[in-house]
This record gives sequence, structure tokens and C-alpha cells, in this order.
Amino acid sequence: MVQGKGMRILANSVLTLLAAFAILPIVLLLIGSFTDNTTALQEGFSYFPSKLSGEAYRYILDQWTTIGKGYLNTILISATGTAVSLLITAMFSYGLAIRDLPGRGIIMGILLLTMLFNGGIVSQFFVYTNFIRVKDTFFALLVPNFLLNGFNVILVSNYFRNNVFGGILEAAKIDGASEYRIFWKIAVPLSVPILATIGVMTAIGYWNDWTNGLYYLSARDGKQYYTIQLILNEINNNVNFLASRAAEMGLTLDTSSIPSTTVRMAIAFVGILPVLVAYPFFQKYFVKGISVGGLKG
Amino acid sequence: MTENKRKRQARRIIQYLPIYIMMLPGLIYLVINNILPMFGVIIAFKNLDFRKGILFSDWAGFENFRFLFASGEAFKMIRNTLGYNIVFIVLGIIMGVAVAILMNEVRSKLALKAYQTFILIPNLMSFVIISYLVYAFLAPDTGLVNNSILEPLGISGISWYTKPEYWPLILTIVNMWQSIGFTAIIYYSTIIGISTDYYEAATLDGASKWQQIKNITLPLLKPTIITLFILNVGHIFNSNFGLFYQVPRNQGMLYETTRTIDVYVYNALMNNNDYAMSSAASVFQSFVGAFTLIAANMIIRKVRPEDSLF
Repeated sequence: MVQGKGMRILANSVLTLLAAFAILPIVLLLIGSFTDNTTALQEGFSYFPSKLSGEAYRYILDQWTTIGKGYLNTILISATGTAVSLLITAMFSYGLAIRDLPGRGIIMGILLLTMLFNGGIVSQFFVYTNFIRVKDTFFALLVPNFLLNGFNVILVSNYFRNNVFGGILEAAKIDGASEYRIFWKIAVPLSVPILATIGVMTAIGYWNDWTNGLYYLSARDGKQYYTIQLILNEINNNVNFLASRAAEMGLTLDTSSIPSTTVRMAIAFVGILPVLVAYPFFQKYFVKGISVGGLKG
Repeated sequence: MTENKRKRQARRIIQYLPIYIMMLPGLIYLVINNILPMFGVIIAFKNLDFRKGILFSDWAGFENFRFLFASGEAFKMIRNTLGYNIVFIVLGIIMGVAVAILMNEVRSKLALKAYQTFILIPNLMSFVIISYLVYAFLAPDTGLVNNSILEPLGISGISWYTKPEYWPLILTIVNMWQSIGFTAIIYYSTIIGISTDYYEAATLDGASKWQQIKNITLPLLKPTIITLFILNVGHIFNSNFGLFYQVPRNQGMLYETTRTIDVYVYNALMNNNDYAMSSAASVFQSFVGAFTLIAANMIIRKVRPEDSLF
């Protein structure tokens, strides 16, 4: 058993190091956001800055119209997206779970085809800009990519078949309850565990997404829909643009038009804070989502 | 008889009508989001002219692909995409399995929960945020590495965002940092499914921990490892756009080692409006990607039929 104990000590030490490795960069972001800006420019970001300051957060509060709007958009899109996605996915999966549904084979075929082959981002871009025009609307963030995916459908549909169909459902049918009633009053409440799991994954997906905005919101007409991620992305672009211009012209960087380096760190931290705060509450579903979804995702 | 059958059929359709209505939004979405873009691949074979519209533009045959591959850029981005994927797949298996096995050795429930919680946090971050984290370390002027590590050692600061030679290492570290928790959890969920009887019997027979890992855990993990490996190989022509676009901050000077197919397609489409090249690269990726996925699935079906995707 001595060996077992040695193994346990090894496991705990390695995992402690890994846990530290995982969060230390985020700690640097937090400390960086509380570093005095002049100190940051002189000494660089450090875990032990010589001077702390709340200046960056005061700036954010002053600029709250922009950043608050981004926050509001993020919350709005995450809530709407998750709700719509869950509804569409649950209804679609419910039908697919019925084995003797006429036409089920064809629908299943379409679903599998979408899981196997995609037309690529360029043709998707043309569909969403030329046929279904989502560009510079709220739908730009909502519709492309996230509303329904084949893997979730198969997951939910298996859950319906294994854990919901049978007993009560048949009884309700015999009692003459309508299909809608059965779906809402019986099937959905009974599948809360799987719906919560894919709901958490979808919500995180929407919260963190910046690609839809990158493709379908232009800086000129789509800005009112910018989420916190897109604001951060735009700041990155501006910093890069100014840096390359300065390098080209042999000038020093004129950063007066972009937020200072500590403010940028503060905005980034504000962007992840809600996820970190909510994390303990959804962790169970998140871990479950990974272990059921990982294998075939 | 036929009368009866027709009646039954009619009754079934009426019975299932609400179901079809419920499935309709999902079906419409699949058509818009997935099926229409499949037809969109014709763009790659067209000489796109917006005055004529996509459908009526002149056919270009394989011209767009010829240009793409003649440019020499195709080779580099395919090399980068495949190269990073191979490294990520191999490291992902080794580190993921190792971390999962270590998790299984932890006896304290609280400690285990804490480890899982922490190592999954990077997975909650978007790559925009991750680019800020990396920038805090690597910024030439304010970065931690140049100021607090290299300078005290007497080494002058490195301009990380203009030196492509460092990026294979940087991107590998960032990728492992972000994904290791996720991968480890998948393997760990297989390990906790292994019956404790095996380990108890082995302990009674005097097997050491290492022998138990080698002779029980690893063999029982093998199916999961193989499945995950083959699935990853099936996606080997795809890259994580966020990792390769946001983390190197889309710096042209780094393209040599950071530009994958996805990054190329984005820049060609959105920044250069080069529809010929971007659609050729994108369609190339779709076709080759579908081919490798089908091939990978065929292999899974041979090795582990119950894990095949279709």
C-alpha cells in the first residue's frame, strides 16, 4: 500500500500544479486590470505590480454606455439563442424519436448529411448575405451555426426514446391528450436533465461567440449589436491597426484613440466575470455535457 | 381491405400531423444553415460576377483551384493545418490520459472536484479573451515574459508578434492550456465506468499501482482513445479558427507558422474580397474534410462498430 500512497501524493501534486497553470493567466489578467497604467507601461504586467489602481474600472464605469450596451447584447443573445435553440432542438428530436413516424428515414438522412458534410464558410456566407439576409441585424448573431446541431438532436432524441417514451406517455395518449400537450406537460419536464446539459453548452457557445459578428456585423451598420466579445475584438483590431501604421511610418505608437492597456485588461476581465461567477451553479451540467458530448463531438 | 388501409394511413397522418408541425422549424433551419450552403459550393467553380449573380456567373471549371495551388500559399496553410493537428492529437492523447489516470488516484472527493473545476476554466473562455491573456504575457512593451523573465536574466526583449519561429510552441502551449481539462474529463468519465472489482482483485493479487494502470486502466481506455483519435483524424483539415486567428492577432508577419486553412479563408473573403481563392480553399477543405471523416468512420466501423458515427 506504500506504493498506493506514493501514487496519491504524485497525483495530488501534479493536479495542483495543473490547476494553478490553468488559472494563473486569468489571475494575471485580474491583477493587470488593477495595475496602475504608468506602472504597467514601465514594468510590464506582473503578479506583483509596485502600484495598484482602480483607474481602469473607473474608466469602464465612465464608458458604461458602450460596455453596458455590449453586456446587454451578450445577455440578450445568450438568453434568446439558448431558448430558441432548446425549443427547436427538443421539438425536432421528439419527432425523430418516434420510430414509426412516416418519413423518419428521410429526415434522419438529411440530419446525418449535415453532420458529415458542410459547404464551407464561404458558401454559408453567401447564403446568409444574399438569400437569407441577416447582415447587420440581431439575427446575424442568433441564426448562423448555433440554433440546431445534429449531435444534440441525436442526444435528446435518444433520451426521449430511452427515458420518456412508454408508460406515462402511452397512458396520456389513451386518455386523449393532444400531442402538443403530451410534449409540453410530460416529455419536456421528464427530459430536463438532458435539456439542461445541452442548454448550458449552447448558452456558453452564444456567450463566447465572436465569429458570427465577425462575418455578419459590419463596423459601420452592425455596431449597435456588438456583444462584449465583439467590442474586445474591435479593440484588438484597432490596436493592431495603429501598431502596424506606426511601424510603417516609423512613428511611436499614438494610442490616444484606444483604451489604455490596463483598461483593455479590465474590459476582458469584465467579459469573463459573469461566466466565472455562474460557473459553480452550472458546473455539474458542463462536466456532463463534456462527457456525453465529447466522444462524438 | 385497401379501403381499410387507406383509412389507417389517413389516420396515421392526422395522428402525426402535430409531430410534423413540431419538426418543421428544425427542418427549415437545417435547410437554410446546412443544405443551402452545400449547393453554394458551386461558387468555387464560378467566375463570380455580382452583376450576373451567383447562379448566372460564368463557369470557371477548376481555374480557381489551379490559381490557389499555383500560388504556393496552399501548401503552407495545408502544412500548418495538418502539422498542428498531428501535434495536438498526439499530445492530447498522452496528456489527457495521464491527467485522467491521476484524477482517478485522488481519494478526496473535495480535492477532485476542485481540480476538475480549475482545469476546466480555460474551456469557458472565448478565444478573444484568450488573446488578451496571451498578450498580457507576450506584449513586446508591457508583457510579463519580456519584463519579468527575460530582462532580469539579461536577455533583451523579444518581439513575439513579429517572429514566426516561436509560434508553433506558443500555439501548442495555448491549445493544451485551453483543451487539456476537456480531454481529460472525457477519458476520466470512461475510467470511472470501470468496475472497481478489477482493481480490488488486482490489489489482492499484489499488483502494484503501475501494473494496475498498465494492465487494467489502459486496456479498458483503449476503445475511447481509438474512437477519439479517429474522430480527430477525421477533422484533420479543420483548425480552431479562434486559436489561429485571435491568439497571433492575425499578424501577417506570423503567417508562415500561424496561418491555417480557416484563417486564410477568412482573410481572403473578408479582408481581400477574393472570392475565387477563398471559395476554392473553403470548398477544398469541405470536400477533403468530408472524405477524411468518411474514411475515419469506415475505420471505426471496422474496429468498434458501436462507436461509429453513422
